[in-house]
Amino acid sequence: MSEKHQGFMKALKCRECGREYPLAATHVCEFDFGPLEVAYDYERIKKSLTRAAIESRPKTMWRYRELLPVAQEPTVGQQVGFTPLIKADRLAKKLGIRELWVKNDAVNYPTLSFKDRVVSVALSRAKELGFKTVACASTGNLANSVAAQAASAGLKSFVFIPSDLEQGKILNSLIYGANVICIKGHYDEVNRLCAEIAGKFGWAFVNVNMRPYYAEGSKSLAYEIAEQLGWRLPQHTIVPMASGSLLTKIHKGYQEFVKLGLVPDTEARLHGAQATGCSPISTAQKAGLDFFKPVKPDTIAKSLAIGTPADGFYALKVMRETSAAADDVSDDEIRDAIRLLAETEGIFAETAGGVTVGVAKKLIASGKIPRDSSAVICVTGNGLKTLDAVQGHCGKPREIKPSLREFEALLTQEEKANA
Amino acid sequence: MPKKVRIPTPLRKLTHNEELIEINAATIGEAIVELQTRFPGIQERLVDEKGEVRRFVNVYVNEEDIRFLQNRDTPLKDGDEISIIPAIAGG
Repeated sequence: MSEKHQGFMKALKCRECGREYPLAATHVCEFDFGPLEVAYDYERIKKSLTRAAIESRPKTMWRYRELLPVAQEPTVGQQVGFTPLIKADRLAKKLGIRELWVKNDAVNYPTLSFKDRVVSVALSRAKELGFKTVACASTGNLANSVAAQAASAGLKSFVFIPSDLEQGKILNSLIYGANVICIKGHYDEVNRLCAEIAGKFGWAFVNVNMRPYYAEGSKSLAYEIAEQLGWRLPQHTIVPMASGSLLTKIHKGYQEFVKLGLVPDTEARLHGAQATGCSPISTAQKAGLDFFKPVKPDTIAKSLAIGTPADGFYALKVMRETSAAADDVSDDEIRDAIRLLAETEGIFAETAGGVTVGVAKKLIASGKIPRDSSAVICVTGNGLKTLDAVQGHCGKPREIKPSLREFEALLTQEEKANA
Repeated sequence: MPKKVRIPTPLRKLTHNEELIEINAATIGEAIVELQTRFPGIQERLVDEKGEVRRFVNVYVNEEDIRFLQNRDTPLKDGDEISIIPAIAGG
């Protein structure tokens, strides 16, 4: 395959120094180790990607195909994306904001997290580049999606995860027949090992050598939000941060839509949410720093537990440039926020969703997100995968005999207790 | 017994494809200087104009990030293994 101009892609380009590289499976600038990013031919995209064209296509993330880094039509995960954007009036009332939306990737296809987006792109591209084995370093959700989508594409997969992950997330990789390797250490150590493995084996590591393609998949979340809001950008978007990549890619997605004339150029602030037990980015943002200090994670929000966030620097830059804020919440606040979202909107989010809702609450209460504004909360994963985190924190069922009298007695007793 | 540096793929052109390099330096800072004398050009890949380790480069001594140790002043003892690894995306 030609290494120049594939599909709407022009080259890989270093975000630091701008040096260009062929569109291969490579992720780091040889000169300064800066991350490589896909450069597109926006002139050609503009001719092909209009509102009318998009609206005529199937409701999946691939309706924005020109802006996603594959040379041909996608071959893995064609049904991913276009998850519901919910008008969350009951939650809005609780948090005290005029207009609130929840982008619900907890029901993404096929593995119930936003990672289905990035994996669909990464594996479609991996197949184009001729790979037969795919792999990833993961805090859980990515592993689930790589395992499932590799299975459906007939690819062999290896997923590397910290050994202390939630049972649900481990089973959700094993069931697809993936090779699941648990590493005795936290995610940053899994990452380090995977960088070394990726250098040695000729596999497509979705978040190592395939990272430039993989990361672009997150932009589809931004495109969908803008389209579902009626072709406009939200004033405020609250995004969970692990490596910081999602926040930077949502920003890029909004900017691309503006550049292509698909939405008006209005102010769109991107606020970052972390767990206090792993908050290198929000801590730096609150201190006004443009760099972060790595930490050793200790939080129930395991999917966000990255102590050395690779895109932390760029996430800080986006928050600075969009005059946005960041904050973090404790484990108890995360559990409370999971319940609040469930009880007001009927959405059961995983711990990362609790982080995002909890931080949204804080930012509205402190006035950093004004009460008279419109905001979108990104829920990126499903609560059914992190049951361990809320076990024992959401009440207990009451047990009675199959007797009407016992049931009536129970109600009377509880009414008295609540009186 | 000397210390060993594990060279990442993007830098192996400079080390003539050598993956493991033995060094004698007593600190991380000295190790970078020693690598530079043997493989000219490697230093500017790892540190910026001010001599600080570049922000997308992670350096580990026996699997511990030097930012949790003493950064460039982190002491090295015989048998230590140093890894140089580019930052990676989330998961």
